[in-house]
Amino acid sequence: MTMKASSRQVDGVTIVDLSGRITLGEGSVVLRDTVKDLSTQGHKKILLNLGDVTYIDSSGIGELVSAYTSVRNAGGELKLLNLTKKVHDLLQITKLYTVFDIQDDEASAIGAFNR
Amino acid sequence: MDECHAMNATRVSYTLESSLASVNKAEQAAAEISAKSGFDEDESGRIAMAVREATVNAVLHGNRYDPSKRVTVSFESTPETLTISVRDEGPGLDPATLPDPLAPENLLKQSGRGIFLIRAFMDEIRFRAMSPGTEITMIKFVRGADRDGNKEANQ
Repeated sequence: MTMKASSRQVDGVTIVDLSGRITLGEGSVVLRDTVKDLSTQGHKKILLNLGDVTYIDSSGIGELVSAYTSVRNAGGELKLLNLTKKVHDLLQITKLYTVFDIQDDEASAIGAFNR
Repeated sequence: MDECHAMNATRVSYTLESSLASVNKAEQAAAEISAKSGFDEDESGRIAMAVREATVNAVLHGNRYDPSKRVTVSFESTPETLTISVRDEGPGLDPATLPDPLAPENLLKQSGRGIFLIRAFMDEIRFRAMSPGTEITMIKFVRGADRDGNKEANQ
């Protein structure tokens, strides 16, 4: 049920591997704190890997939007990687599919940051 | 939990505290009851999310985590429909005042998508002002049943 986040560096891009549920409460807080910490540390290119995220509720969607705007306001870029069908459908219904840069291959995603 | 079986209908009702644990409990109950009612995994997942969102609204925006207030979640399952009501004891909600989360000026807002998702996932929803509180009723039709509750005739 809990959400986990771990980050790694590849070619100047910070990849955050997320797993579990991003929902109101713990999941949303883990995502918020992780992105906030990375921004504070000066990371500007952040790729959220949602491949192992099993579930997102409206609060989790809000947290993704908030992460996107806060990174952008700090002069950085945030992209999403490996959406499951459920998460993809949610972002489509909420029209956020057009807001986020969504990638389905890690190497291409890294390339998209460094273009 | 109260449970009763009437003619062709099963009713279950939960009276829950205003807490996040209640949200998870309501969601889990919705997933189990939806599956038992004949909905497939995807549909059960959508119904469970609608119930989760309605319960979050009741706990957060309705009861505001007030430990003296309860959330009531009721399920009524018939061969044709699953009807779910979530009631809080809060100050009330006017659904007409809810902003459209798809409007360009709202797209990047952090909140305001819960009821929109409920509308997207359920077939019918309605709000009722209680004294005190709000009750949201959500209906999902079992596939093959029309909106008058009749099974489609075999041709």
